[in-house]
Amino acid sequence: MDSTLKNVFDSFQGKKEELIPILQKVQERYGYLPEDAMLEVSRFARVPESTVYGVATFYAQFRFTPIGENRIMVCRGTACHVKGSVGILEEIERKLGIKEGETTPDGRYSLETVACIGCCSLAPCVMINKKVHANLTPQKVAKLFKKD
Amino acid sequence: MDTVNIVIDGVDIETGADKTILEAALDHGIYIPHLCYHKDLDPVGICRLCMVEIDGRRLDVSCKTPVREGMRVRTETEEITKIRRVAVELLLANHPTDCLSCSGNTKCELQRIASYIGIDDRRMKSLRRKTVTLPIDTSNPYFDYDPNRCVLCGICVRTCADVVGVSNFDFAYRGYDSLISTFMGKPMIESRCVSCGECVARCPVGALRPKAVPQPAREVRTVCPYCGVGCGIWLGVRGETVIASRGDPDNVVNKGRLCVKGRFGHEFINHPDRLTAPLIKKNGNFEKASWDEALDLVAARFAKCKPDEFAALSSAKCTNEDNYIVQKFTRAVMGTNTVDHCARLCHAPSVAGLAQSFGSGAMTNSIGEIRNADCIFAIGTNTTSAHPVIAYEVKEAVRRGAVLIVANPRRIDLCEYAQIVLHHVPGTDVALLMAMMKVIVDEDLQDDRFIEKRCENFEAFFESLERFDLEFAQKTTGVPKELICEAARSYATRKPGMLLYAMGITQHTHGTDNVLATSNIALLTGNVGLPSTGVNPLRGQNNVQGACDLGALPNVYPGYQKVDRPQIHTKFEEAWGTKLSDKPGITHTEIFDAIHDKTVKVLYEVGENPALSEANANHVYAALEKLDFFVVQDIFLTETARYADVVLPAASFAEKDGTFTNTERRVQRVRKAINPVGDSKPDWLITCLIAKRMKKHGFDFDNPSQIMEEIASLTPSYGGITYKRLDDRGLQWPCPNTDSEGTPMLHSEFFATVTGKGKFMPLQYKPSYELPDEEYPLILTTERSLYHFHTATMTRKGGLEVLRKCELVEMNPKDAGTLGLKNGETVRVVSRRGEVNATLLVTDISPVGVVSMTFHFAESPTNVLTSDAIDPVAKIPETKVCAVRVERP
Ligand code: SF4
Ligand code: SF4
Ligand code: SF4
Ligand code: FES
Ligand code: FES
Repeated sequence: MDSTLKNVFDSFQGKKEELIPILQKVQERYGYLPEDAMLEVSRFARVPESTVYGVATFYAQFRFTPIGENRIMVCRGTACHVKGSVGILEEIERKLGIKEGETTPDGRYSLETVACIGCCSLAPCVMINKKVHANLTPQKVAKLFKKD
Repeated sequence: MDTVNIVIDGVDIETGADKTILEAALDHGIYIPHLCYHKDLDPVGICRLCMVEIDGRRLDVSCKTPVREGMRVRTETEEITKIRRVAVELLLANHPTDCLSCSGNTKCELQRIASYIGIDDRRMKSLRRKTVTLPIDTSNPYFDYDPNRCVLCGICVRTCADVVGVSNFDFAYRGYDSLISTFMGKPMIESRCVSCGECVARCPVGALRPKAVPQPAREVRTVCPYCGVGCGIWLGVRGETVIASRGDPDNVVNKGRLCVKGRFGHEFINHPDRLTAPLIKKNGNFEKASWDEALDLVAARFAKCKPDEFAALSSAKCTNEDNYIVQKFTRAVMGTNTVDHCARLCHAPSVAGLAQSFGSGAMTNSIGEIRNADCIFAIGTNTTSAHPVIAYEVKEAVRRGAVLIVANPRRIDLCEYAQIVLHHVPGTDVALLMAMMKVIVDEDLQDDRFIEKRCENFEAFFESLERFDLEFAQKTTGVPKELICEAARSYATRKPGMLLYAMGITQHTHGTDNVLATSNIALLTGNVGLPSTGVNPLRGQNNVQGACDLGALPNVYPGYQKVDRPQIHTKFEEAWGTKLSDKPGITHTEIFDAIHDKTVKVLYEVGENPALSEANANHVYAALEKLDFFVVQDIFLTETARYADVVLPAASFAEKDGTFTNTERRVQRVRKAINPVGDSKPDWLITCLIAKRMKKHGFDFDNPSQIMEEIASLTPSYGGITYKRLDDRGLQWPCPNTDSEGTPMLHSEFFATVTGKGKFMPLQYKPSYELPDEEYPLILTTERSLYHFHTATMTRKGGLEVLRKCELVEMNPKDAGTLGLKNGETVRVVSRRGEVNATLLVTDISPVGVVSMTFHFAESPTNVLTSDAIDPVAKIPETKVCAVRVERP
């Protein structure tokens, strides 16, 4: 077990009821829930590993892959929704071969959805790192990733 | 039992006060739709289909609501129908509709409910959502998981957690995305799943479904042929082929549950490699022969053999009747007592040790008592792998609040369920147990009344305790002092306490001492002769208990009656009508030495494979080459059979009648399901035919039932056993006469010793024979895989081979690091006696300084490495400890 995890466990007693707070702390440290860390959590809290996974997948806050170098956030707010954000999301998923909440195997991109990012008049929008890309269409999405 | 009266749909019902409404209804043939209820599991009430109206007022789920005196229940009202319809329609909306080709079809609860409630096709069509089809997991060799058919009843989740104790599944995600998932959604084969199929057997639809679809044409009730647990099974037969096996819910041993081998490991029965005709070796090659030719040859050569030149090895895989006949043949026809079997290699110390301390070398208590123990002390048993269904019971006890103490050098599966885990150095059991006893005595936790009333020799034992202080124990065993104390206190105070052990205790040069240490600690704490207590050696093979009971041992006749005791000798001479030798024969291990010395020249080997199972295998190979005449009787051409002059094809357990005696002394009926394959014959019959060709009397049996009559007449503990009585149950010996219902628990009033007292035995710590040194720095210990049995003759014939393919050398990451070896590479393991190549598995299950291997794989014959140093009393070789080094080949 690495020291990061040991540090996390130090502030808990290893009880079943602590499972969610422990997972939150683990995610805080690693930015996601690594598989090996979940196995250690399972041993520490004496909760079967399938239950750890079940609980972690139940809550949208947990992710199972590290955040990529480039963080893509697709807006799912009402305005964007009305203007077809679902199609945008699907196109990005197709393009990168990953689903929402995942990271490309080369670690370059991770994909998540967020609530309104405050540019409703430019809907549908996607934020990549700090930059907002507005008035998107599935065709334009292709261009966003053209460089590779 | 208390009963209450309730009314369901106007029908008056008297039912147990501890029942739920649903159970009461189902017991009385009243159907209430249900999906998430299963009789073996705690109810959870999540599907809401079993809703009923109670006392004309409230609605509630009947699976969770207990009955109450005077309760009036209606199983259907307009409102209930509406609730059910919505629930079912929701399930069906997402469910495939190709029922006819779904293997769940004949038992599908969803179908039953849909037709009970009545579904409107048009409405259904409008409800159908376009759903994503999730991939079907077909990774397991025996069953598939199709999440698209899952109704989220959670039965598999609860089965895997509460029945099997594996917890491979849980609910994952939520809302429409909810599904049953393994950790990280891994395919079954990569998950923790142990392929027991318990969830498959209980899934109410076709979501978890067996790969083999054909339905059997008929079923035959019998006993699993693998381990000593002795689970009841129903073999499914179609034509002349065994195609399925399922747990027998009425068998008290397993209550319907099975492990992977019992449920799926029947592929060997009709396997093309089965021996179907006798073989005679001519110019170094086997040639098919007729039975007449083979039997004439065997009879002629046996007839020329002097008593001392003959040895027989019988089999713990064969029935009681087979074993009785082999030992009778050896004694009455060949005139020698040299008959033994592989119990010598596993539990000889239990027989020898417990006979001294308790007077009877078998499990004192029964499997069914485990769940009610308050403390379970499992030492030297990897129960999950070797006795899986007993492991279910241990986990059930933990679920009910028992403390589990596990003592094992390796971090075995049971450690996960244990409160106290002691990882002692292999071979230091006496030091560990005696130190625990010293703590018990020092803290005055012993049971004085029990010691005074029921035991003897306490003083001598007490003196020998002096040497086992905690310092010494910690240094010798590697277990921290505090843990030793904690374990001692728990075992002494949490009563009743049940001690389980297996070959981690016995396979040592001091195996008998280890066994005596376990009996000492049980006596000291008064944990004998009461329910859920005792010293319980878990016997390995399906019928190893029976093979011992029936006298396939060189010093005793059936029922442990000593060959050198005059009255016994006379009794058997009279019964068998012939002169018998009163000189004990030699043991399994000694037979191979005697072959080397040319004293034993003829070997008759029935259903055993010492080429893989005996320690120091090279010594065995060389011996087999030296024999003048070697006959092997088996179902396959084993590694041993290749050395034979004549091979006689035997029928498997599925092709013959007989009895097996399981580890808790329960004699159970084995029934013929199909005719012997090819030209094979049951073992008892083959031996009888040889005897008859040698013109000997006393082998004219028409069927095994007659053999059992003779056994009962000569074996006091089997006196009351008849096939008629065994028809619908097993009987636990001692069962002295037909009025006896058998004995689930031994020593409740008296011990079986001469004095009737339990005998304490003073002990000394003796190190293992071969300890690591500079040249051979690691300890090799042997273990078992769940997926194989013994030399894997029966288990390497199909899917089990997929679940575990090859020999693994398990090594701690630290050792692997020091040696610069990587996980998955082929390594060479070398001992003073030989070397073996196998695949390295780097795992912290293995402690530092210790590597472990099984002995299931002929291409990596582990026993080439092991040491044949033996226990002076029990003559068991020390297969749990030898010194090796591991290197790159
Ligand atoms: S797989 Fe079967 S048992 Fe498990 S939840 Fe789905 S329907 Fe129920
Ligand atoms: S087969 Fe057995 S171990 Fe595997 S998931 Fe099903 S119940 Fe659990
Ligand atoms: S536990 Fe033993 S007897 Fe039971 S099914 Fe498994 S191998 Fe057979
Ligand atoms: S809804 Fe997309 S930016 Fe507001
Ligand atoms: S059977 Fe009662 S709620 Fe499912």
